[in-house]
Amino acid sequence: MGFLDISNVTKSYGNTEVLHHVDISVEEGEFLVLVGPSGCGKSTLLNMIAGLESITSGDVSIKGRVVNGVHPSKRNIAMVFQSYALYPNMTVGQNMTFGLEMHGVPKPERDKALADVAALLQITPLLDRKPGQLSGGQRQRVAMGRALVRNPDVFLFDEPLSNLDAKLRVDMRTEIKKLHEKLKTTIVYVTHDQIEAMTLSTRIAVMYNGYVQQLGTPKEIYDTPTNLFVAGFMGSPSMNLLPVEVAMIDGAPHAVTTDADGAPLHLRLHQQNLSEWAGRKIILGIRPEAITDPEGADRASSCIIPMTNRVSVTEPAGSDTFATMTLAGQDSIARMRADASVGPGEMFEFAINMEKAVAFDPETERRIVP
Amino acid sequence: MSAATQETAIRTGRIARTFIYVVLLVFALFYLLPFFVMLVNSVKPLSEITEGNMMALPKELTFAPWASAWSTAQIGVEPTGLRPYFLNSLFMVVPAVLICTALGALNGYVLTKWRFRGDTLLFGLMLFSCFIPFQIVLIPMARMLGIMGLAGSTAGLVLVHVVYGIGFSTLYFRNYYSAFPTELVRAAMIDGAGFFQIFWRIMVPVSGPITVVCVIWLFTNIWNDFLFGASFASGSKAPMTVALNNLVQSSTGVKEYNVHFAGAILAALPTLLVYIVAGRYFVRGLMAGSVKG
Ligand SMILES: Nc1ncnc2c1ncn2[C@@H]1O[C@H](COP(=O)(O)OP(=O)(O)O)[C@@H](O)[C@H]1O
Ligand SMILES: [Mg+2]
Repeated sequence: MGFLDISNVTKSYGNTEVLHHVDISVEEGEFLVLVGPSGCGKSTLLNMIAGLESITSGDVSIKGRVVNGVHPSKRNIAMVFQSYALYPNMTVGQNMTFGLEMHGVPKPERDKALADVAALLQITPLLDRKPGQLSGGQRQRVAMGRALVRNPDVFLFDEPLSNLDAKLRVDMRTEIKKLHEKLKTTIVYVTHDQIEAMTLSTRIAVMYNGYVQQLGTPKEIYDTPTNLFVAGFMGSPSMNLLPVEVAMIDGAPHAVTTDADGAPLHLRLHQQNLSEWAGRKIILGIRPEAITDPEGADRASSCIIPMTNRVSVTEPAGSDTFATMTLAGQDSIARMRADASVGPGEMFEFAINMEKAVAFDPETERRIVP
Repeated sequence: MSAATQETAIRTGRIARTFIYVVLLVFALFYLLPFFVMLVNSVKPLSEITEGNMMALPKELTFAPWASAWSTAQIGVEPTGLRPYFLNSLFMVVPAVLICTALGALNGYVLTKWRFRGDTLLFGLMLFSCFIPFQIVLIPMARMLGIMGLAGSTAGLVLVHVVYGIGFSTLYFRNYYSAFPTELVRAAMIDGAGFFQIFWRIMVPVSGPITVVCVIWLFTNIWNDFLFGASFASGSKAPMTVALNNLVQSSTGVKEYNVHFAGAILAALPTLLVYIVAGRYFVRGLMAGSVKG
């Protein structure tokens, strides 16, 4: 029994079910991120927690109280919307205290709460302005302030940063993280941006097609994705997913495939149980950062294997250099140190950290658990 | 070379623009002409008009026709002038416009932010009411007013105009509010505001432009209505338009054209005033609905 429980919740519009049997339990003080591509049902789920959408079946409970059918204002939640949803006719101060006023909190208390939150978010000088006179970042802050003033049990964020420009988005991301660490509030946060999900969350629920594909810590999601969708969705550049065949060589399972020139390539597989797959096909998932120049390879890994291959394109990105090559007949990306000396068309000796490689069953698309 | 092309572009632009302005000016003068005739002849003694030149400026300036039209002219059988009927119209138009605008705003709010099963159908039916010809409802409406005991009263006229105007006011407000972000309403719900609090505190404060449009439209239509006025409120309760007609028709002796002109201007004055005061918001309001702000 968690602080916020979503048990076996489904949502249908007419005959189409858009959310299927969602089960998530959030502990007090957790930062849960719902991430997934557009249309996968994140906002719908969040709105059901908020009470803005009805629950077709299942239960949502907050602090042990089932809140199905309870009015949004009586769930002790606060929400930050993508468009900020600030009341255009009210000043920043009035915007932030509107909720308290509606809940019958006396004026002196409202003013005190407002002053505290405004100081926390450093928006005190803006309190008398109208939302129209604020920049995007300031509006974002005010929207968060309006949520904070209420001191709710659960904060709900629906893509709060997606209307900001790239630089500001990163700054606000850090700020939200700091705020969470300081206030230890329970947060459910919706985004389609997997980097936001990785950096902010204590736990992530990856959603697709109305199903929660995987629920886990950022590290679990990143290192051991439960299926091909999660593997491909999380991480940027995304994981290289190579169709290979398993063969036993010297009593150990190897992935047999081809390099850029079509020559056979044997990659020693780290997971011993893959010997059961000898003679069959698997999908081998290797993250770009697991294919590096030898100097950049992880020294702690027990399974670094060399691989010589022809590089087709290099993309220096400042902090790293990305090299594209053909592997198993498809473009694959390696992430090298910035000053690795590699040029397009050259043969290069890569080091692959096979300890980090994951294998998927091509039929079920699920990860083959070692 | 590009400089030369640009220059010709500017020159042709200038010629075209001059042409457009001249045409517009001619049209404007053409539209102003009747008003000019009315104004000029309303301040002439009758003798100057009967001499025959309607377009000439007055040789002798007199405001007697205005005074007569306002307070002493024969309306039907009573020599009351238009004054009491002007008040009748005012007592009809003000409540009708207020009620109609308020209901339209409320309807627009419900139809966009509190969607319910069948709301589009309901809205369609309300729109349909805009297109029902007046003549069709005359007899049923007369019967209804009779049953309700409102026949021949200003209150009855108010009711008729509210019923007729509500389709338009709902249309205006629905279209305006549908561009209003629903997230704001949701935020207010979470903040704990109720149905009317959201309407009053969130929606109404941003409804200025569309309210102006709605008020101008309703005011003009209701003030200028003749058919309902003549059908449901004859006699001492008649509105200005009907009284004006009676003034012109009261044929005891000579036709006092100057008084008629003065009366006609008096009848048109309130709508003119509304346009002058609120007209610039009218265009702005019409734009606001179409372009998402
Ligand atoms: N009112 C509605 N009627 C029918 N289908 C809807 C409605 N709202 C959302 N949906 C569908 O539900 C799915 C999930 O939507 P949503 O939760 O907004 O996705 P996300 O926020 O992940 O982008 C989408 O496929 C969408 O088309
Ligand atoms: Mg969404």
